[in-house]
Amino acid sequence: MRFKSTLENYLFVLPAVTIFSIFYVIPFFWVFRYGLYEWDGIMPTMTFIGMGNFKEIFFQDRIWWYSLWNATYITIIALTLQNALAFLLAWACDRDIRMKNFYRLIFFIPPVLSEVVVGLVWQWILDGHYGLLNGWLIKLGFPNLVNNWLSDPRTALSCVAIVHCWKGFGWGFLIFLAGLQTIPRELYEAARVDGANAWHSFRNITIPLMIPVAVLVGILTVLGTMQAFVLIIAMTGGGPAYHTQVPVLRILASMRGSSRFGYACAQGISFGLILVVISFIQYRFSKKARQV
Amino acid sequence: MKNALYYRTKKVTLNLIIHLFLLTVAVTCIFPLLWMVSSSLKTQETIFKDTSLLPKEFHFENYYLAWQEGGFDRYFLNSLMYTTLVVIGIVVVSSLAAYAFSRFKFPGRNILFFMFMAAMMIPIPGSFVPLYVLLNKLHLRNTALGYILCMINVGLSTSIFLLKTFFDKMPKELEDAARIDGCNKLGIWWNVALPLAKPVLAVVVVFNALNVWNEYILALVIFDSKPLMPLQVALMTFQGEFVTRYPLLMAGLTITALPIIIIYILMQKYIVKGVTAGAVVG
Repeated sequence: MRFKSTLENYLFVLPAVTIFSIFYVIPFFWVFRYGLYEWDGIMPTMTFIGMGNFKEIFFQDRIWWYSLWNATYITIIALTLQNALAFLLAWACDRDIRMKNFYRLIFFIPPVLSEVVVGLVWQWILDGHYGLLNGWLIKLGFPNLVNNWLSDPRTALSCVAIVHCWKGFGWGFLIFLAGLQTIPRELYEAARVDGANAWHSFRNITIPLMIPVAVLVGILTVLGTMQAFVLIIAMTGGGPAYHTQVPVLRILASMRGSSRFGYACAQGISFGLILVVISFIQYRFSKKARQV
Repeated sequence: MKNALYYRTKKVTLNLIIHLFLLTVAVTCIFPLLWMVSSSLKTQETIFKDTSLLPKEFHFENYYLAWQEGGFDRYFLNSLMYTTLVVIGIVVVSSLAAYAFSRFKFPGRNILFFMFMAAMMIPIPGSFVPLYVLLNKLHLRNTALGYILCMINVGLSTSIFLLKTFFDKMPKELEDAARIDGCNKLGIWWNVALPLAKPVLAVVVVFNALNVWNEYILALVIFDSKPLMPLQVALMTFQGEFVTRYPLLMAGLTITALPIIIIYILMQKYIVKGVTAGAVVG
């Protein structure tokens, strides 16, 4: 009876565990295994080369490092611009103002759209020949600013970063707003009774209480932005030359472009480790920030 | 008196500035989408010259052309099918597991649950590489089943977490009553637990539906044959083949984005819940 009952319990988790083992656990370990081989993904022959792939990534693959820098650049812009905007908007919407729900509805539209849709629409707006942005620049009397935004190496990456922020800020906005709404109103009232002005309340109540939320948003922004790539595929495809390449695009290129599955897996491991280290540092940093 | 007036003017001005700021951002959010719809109603000739948001003539035939010629009818149905089947799969599989994690005691329970939670936190960039190999070996690559199973797996961890948290807080009395009436475990799960979990199931359904509808990379890697492609991949393929057919492309984009926007507006509450809950997990 007891045994039958336990067996029944296992039957409940069996489908989930089976799917998870096959489609998550096995691929997870395979990444580490294939990373040690030179393999085209199809032929039965796999050549064991030990750390060869990793050596190549670290010492020879300059595009890989360049792609890492590009992702870092986009991430820095997202961390500052996108999150500052998200926080400002959340702060503005947390006050007793009208149309709060309307704003909240609108701000979260870009995040629910797919990266492909967003990327292709913005590519059309930024188009060098017929794009809307250039059209406006001419109309407004700045014809010398007209540019081939997405195929000019100087502007392509920044354009991608800004569109990424456009798509992402609504998400940070929601989390900041949820955080702001957990701050008890009594705190602000008590502060006002004690003679604090708006700036004092903001500085001494809002900011300290929002630090944990800000750290959370920060960690998720870094993890999300470093791995973002579909938007880039849709906007520039990684070009011009390698100016908008990011690590996941390089992994995709190693796999589909040059059929080097082992190398792609090694790139995945290297990048995954970097992400784990970054989030660990941020986590430690947040613990310290909370103690202060 | 003057003092009161001063404070009121100050408050009104401040609110005005804030509204101006919020409205500007709101317009920035909406405008690209309006531009997308507007472009989809122009013709191949006018689209490059006419920069007005409201075209002089509405060319709805672009939608017909995209639907027929661009093959978006097929891709739309594909996306719809994948989304429906994956969401049904996730709901069944994850609610069974979450219910067991919340209510039953069995050896290995905590380890298994921890495994699902860990999967949410460990990033595997480029996991599509080993998945491709795996599906190849299972002869599931370039099949709908392979894609559906992969996508069910993608949604499992978050869904199990959401449902388990809900079941943990749910009172057990009704289930006890059902058990005394002779209902077995599966019957209790189906007849008692699931109906009570409707609010959180709505979050799981909407959240995963958005995810699957918008998914691109796995579909790109898994499908070779066009008739199996979902919308997102088809859009990129279309853009690659007909670089300058912007009106049709914009019609395709509108067809892809519209269901999402409608679902979002109808189910906003559940999406917001899913996002904030998802963030707390991370």
